[in-house]
Amino acid sequence: MRHLLSVADLDATAATALLDTSDRLRQALLGREVRKLPTLRGRTVITMFYENSTRTRVSFEIAGKWMSADTVNVSASGSSVSKGESLRDTALTLSSMGADCVVVRHPASGAAHRLAGWMDRGNETTGTHTSIVNAGDGTHEHPTQALLDAATLRERLGGIAGRRIGIVGDVLHSRVARSNVLLLATLGAEVVLIAPPTLLPVGVEQWPCRVGHELDPELPALDAVMMLRVQAERMHGGFFPSAREYAIGYGLSEARAALLPDDAPILHPGPMVRGMEIAPAVADAPSSAVLQQVRNGVHVRMAVLYHLLAGAPE
Amino acid sequence: MANLRRGDVDAGQDPTRELLSAADVTRTVARIAHQIIEKTAFSPDSADDVVLIGVPTRGVHLAHRLAAAITEFTGASPAVGSVDATLYRDDLRRGPARALEDTAMPEGGVDGRLIVLVDDVLMSGRTTRAALDALRDEGRPRAVQLAVLVDRGHRELPIRADYVGKNVPTARTEQILVLLTESDGRDGVAIGQAGRTGGDDDAPAAAETAGTVATDPEGEA
Repeated sequence: MRHLLSVADLDATAATALLDTSDRLRQALLGREVRKLPTLRGRTVITMFYENSTRTRVSFEIAGKWMSADTVNVSASGSSVSKGESLRDTALTLSSMGADCVVVRHPASGAAHRLAGWMDRGNETTGTHTSIVNAGDGTHEHPTQALLDAATLRERLGGIAGRRIGIVGDVLHSRVARSNVLLLATLGAEVVLIAPPTLLPVGVEQWPCRVGHELDPELPALDAVMMLRVQAERMHGGFFPSAREYAIGYGLSEARAALLPDDAPILHPGPMVRGMEIAPAVADAPSSAVLQQVRNGVHVRMAVLYHLLAGAPE
Repeated sequence: MANLRRGDVDAGQDPTRELLSAADVTRTVARIAHQIIEKTAFSPDSADDVVLIGVPTRGVHLAHRLAAAITEFTGASPAVGSVDATLYRDDLRRGPARALEDTAMPEGGVDGRLIVLVDDVLMSGRTTRAALDALRDEGRPRAVQLAVLVDRGHRELPIRADYVGKNVPTARTEQILVLLTESDGRDGVAIGQAGRTGGDDDAPAAAETAGTVATDPEGEA
């Protein structure tokens, strides 16, 4: 594995290997006083975030640090990006400083892919190897989120193949939804997208999933449900009449959560907008896997860094 | 490899010679168990003090067998665990990323206890070194001892075993095949030419770079 740009690049074997590594890392660190592994000593991981983030950035930083890599954070504000430097120049600069891995989040779909192309060309001239990890590119993909969701579902359900997973809400603006549909389908799950027609992307009928518009009839038959955040910051126009109307149609209220099978976990990639897509009581209920997702995020990202950086360069 | 007997030439390929039969393996495990009991002064009163920790994959099987034998001989059971040394290896950059194996510390951890590290083959000592480093991050054992089924020489680090099933002089190009029922369907130890597959977890880096030791099916060469 050279870069991690899209879950579409992962087949079931590769995805399962990453999830297994993640489980083993969790197991290896369980109950330890010293949560530090020497595996990536001397490697440098730079996170480059052009969009706001708490959990993803911190989670990558902790993942790198627990594997003994040196981690450096760059954010768009406070770097030369605010002086007008292009993505390419910033990335090549970081690569030349000796970054073994650049973790990038960018508002433009496809940014990580472009970056990987530049890196590969730059690498040929400088002889360095810089891996790119996509930590979210526009409305395209967020591979490590899908992997941590899969890790959480595996932990909660004991497996993914043959399970029915519902993904509810703002699919149109959600890179999390796209990555999850692809990965869960690869791992053999039956995925159901439930969203108002205005919040579904063009071409969704070609995704490996079923699409529905009514939440209540689907809930009793789901093995797990994933609520998506309504991405107001990406909405330029009226996608639904009002927040209240959205919550009535697609929010996971306590009454709705009761329709789910008893042990069905409720996932949310965060940050949650309580009262909008998920009721506060549901978010804090025992069936909510939100904090487990966050914990798994660190181990999944450790696994990704391990697979990218620990072995011989390809 | 089926029905391998002493002196057999396996399937017309390179010659493979059996070193320990299934019965020999059982006897050897029983002998090491007795030695552990003697050297650690193992008794029902001190059972909590001793922990057998296997190095995956076959070392864990051996640790469980030793624990069963010790239980049979003394009536008390030592704790059993496993420690995956992969993340501590010094040769990770020599190949593609390796799959990780189980790490399971016994209840009560390793602090202040006597650890007997168990592996199938001791060669360069690099796996043992990695396992010792992994153990150090788990806590501070009172002491660590090493038990191996086969010591084949070619040490690259100052490491020696406290309990050895069988000392086997080998050439670097040869390979030791350890078979255990739990992972391989039957018990036995054989020696063959490199290029065969088997449980040789501790191949030296020098032989690896010379391209003479094949990777085993679990990627643990």
